[in-house]
Amino acid sequence: MGSFLARRIFYGALLMLGVVVLNFFLIRLAPGDPAVVIAGEMGGATEEVLEAIRIDYGLDKPLPVQLGIYLGNVLRGDLGESFFFNQPVVDLIGQRIGPTILLVVAAQVLSIVVGIFLGVLAARKPNGAMSAFVSVFATIGYAVPVFWTGIMLIILFASVLPVFPVEGMSSVKLREAAWYIKVLDVLHHLVLPAVTLAVIYLAQYARLSRASMLEVLGADYIRTARAKGAKERTVLFRHALRNAALPILTVAGLQFGNLISGALLVETVFNWPGMGRLAFDSILRRDYPTIMGVLFFASAMVVVANILTDLSYRLADPRLRGRA
Amino acid sequence: MKDPTPRAMIGRAARAPKAESPGREAWRMFRRNIPAVCGLLILICIVLAVLYGTLFYGGDPFEIVWAPHEPPGVTPEFPLGTDYLGRNILAGLLAGGGPTLAVGAAAAVITMGIGISLGALAGYFGGWVDNLLMRITEFFQVLPALLFAMVLVTLFSPSLWTIAIAIGVVSWPQTARLTRAEFLKIKQLEYVTAARAIGAQDGRIMWTVILPNAAPPLIVSATLTVGVAILFEAGLSFLGLGDPNVMSWGLMIGANRDYILDAWWPVTFPGLAIFLTVFAVSLIGDGLNDAFNPKLRSR
Repeated sequence: MGSFLARRIFYGALLMLGVVVLNFFLIRLAPGDPAVVIAGEMGGATEEVLEAIRIDYGLDKPLPVQLGIYLGNVLRGDLGESFFFNQPVVDLIGQRIGPTILLVVAAQVLSIVVGIFLGVLAARKPNGAMSAFVSVFATIGYAVPVFWTGIMLIILFASVLPVFPVEGMSSVKLREAAWYIKVLDVLHHLVLPAVTLAVIYLAQYARLSRASMLEVLGADYIRTARAKGAKERTVLFRHALRNAALPILTVAGLQFGNLISGALLVETVFNWPGMGRLAFDSILRRDYPTIMGVLFFASAMVVVANILTDLSYRLADPRLRGRA
Repeated sequence: MKDPTPRAMIGRAARAPKAESPGREAWRMFRRNIPAVCGLLILICIVLAVLYGTLFYGGDPFEIVWAPHEPPGVTPEFPLGTDYLGRNILAGLLAGGGPTLAVGAAAAVITMGIGISLGALAGYFGGWVDNLLMRITEFFQVLPALLFAMVLVTLFSPSLWTIAIAIGVVSWPQTARLTRAEFLKIKQLEYVTAARAIGAQDGRIMWTVILPNAAPPLIVSATLTVGVAILFEAGLSFLGLGDPNVMSWGLMIGANRDYILDAWWPVTFPGLAIFLTVFAVSLIGDGLNDAFNPKLRSR
């Protein structure tokens, strides 16, 4: 297990190295003077600022040396400076990564739990109403643009049914409140963005777990479990689900990147103060160091999620445990 | 051979009834699938409306023609109302569908092109080629697609082509994996060995022997890719990263999103249009999937 983890982490680090190199070349591929690109076209940077950037990034040196300087900077935790916010990119993202992780994890958990539950219910009666609902819901969920779902929910909950806040992450009036009130307040704000983001994946997981459960329910060990008189609930959730969950786990791991892409749109719609909102703002201002920083950290989140998926896969499937 | 000799007749009788071509058989299966046929009809209607609708109705979708936020169904000239500037929403829908669908289709072609080429090379040659290409594929899967596409579009100034290329560049990995898996499976079959035995070159085996036999899952995947690409394009234009001079459904939603609490219709109708299109495409994809599935054929 240890060596497996070490190898996965090493491989993840290699992937991240690739992302850094990609970032480096993207800036150079853009038309125009890289110093101007880095300073941001909207900024109207002075000649002094451009000169400072040229020295900092070594833009007067040959390309391989520039790449070396850039890699060195990243390794020291320096992703450059945002010339719009006048702040190091790492600090900017540090303030925003928490809300994004909260949103993405909440949506992921919500979609997996509810999706599996719906799928299992549907699998009990393959031709029943629940099965039909899951199929229709899955097709609809796939086809709805996530930002539009968010907007529709905002319209619904802002005017018709004002139960959940539709904007931001916390209420201004609760700034002085006790910590647990604040936590509840954030969770209250989290409901609509998380549901919006979860709907697509929820639909997919429901369809997937239905199919996967139907396959497993035909297996011999399920007949054995039923024959020895196990309760239906035990058969479904203990014997069948454990085996049916593996494909769902795989897909959930692979979907993590898409989830982050979706979070970007959802954050923009709900003014959620996360990395997606930051990416959007900095793209409008052509603040490239920040954009590249977000791309770096978002990819890092996917790498970490992939490692965690592999680990949980091994925990869920005892057959894999012994192997390196 | 006008007068068949008894000998020839024996030969003819002994022959099995003429086999249906796979495409025809799939179409027969597809036709029986009611949701899939509905999807096809919806898509045809949308495409026709988008292609020819502007000939009969509309005019410049950017033109301010009426008071802002006219509700739908009030003025007969503007059945879907007007947006925050007083632009005709129905005209926007008809004019904006073209770019949305065109970018979606072009992006799907690019996605399939890159994905099939790389997946075929990896699956067919195996060894270090496979290793290298799969590492590249994994690398692209680590990059969050929408974010990467946003970066590409901003770096290379937005136009319909850059958007289509950006979507293609970020979304090919799944197709590559699928193609690779199909090639790995098919390259071991007897007819591939036979083709090799008569001296066919690698390129010929890949593109004229294996690829046609790998077509069914790839066609299904291509259909679903069109749907995803349309959603992608909508997302980018919603964020304001599309070509600002070209009307599109995503742009309509993005432009009106600050006023959603004053007027629901300017964002609702374009969203419904995107939803209906992708919904129709995915019904077709599901139908094709069933039609190509030999397990379901006997039913």
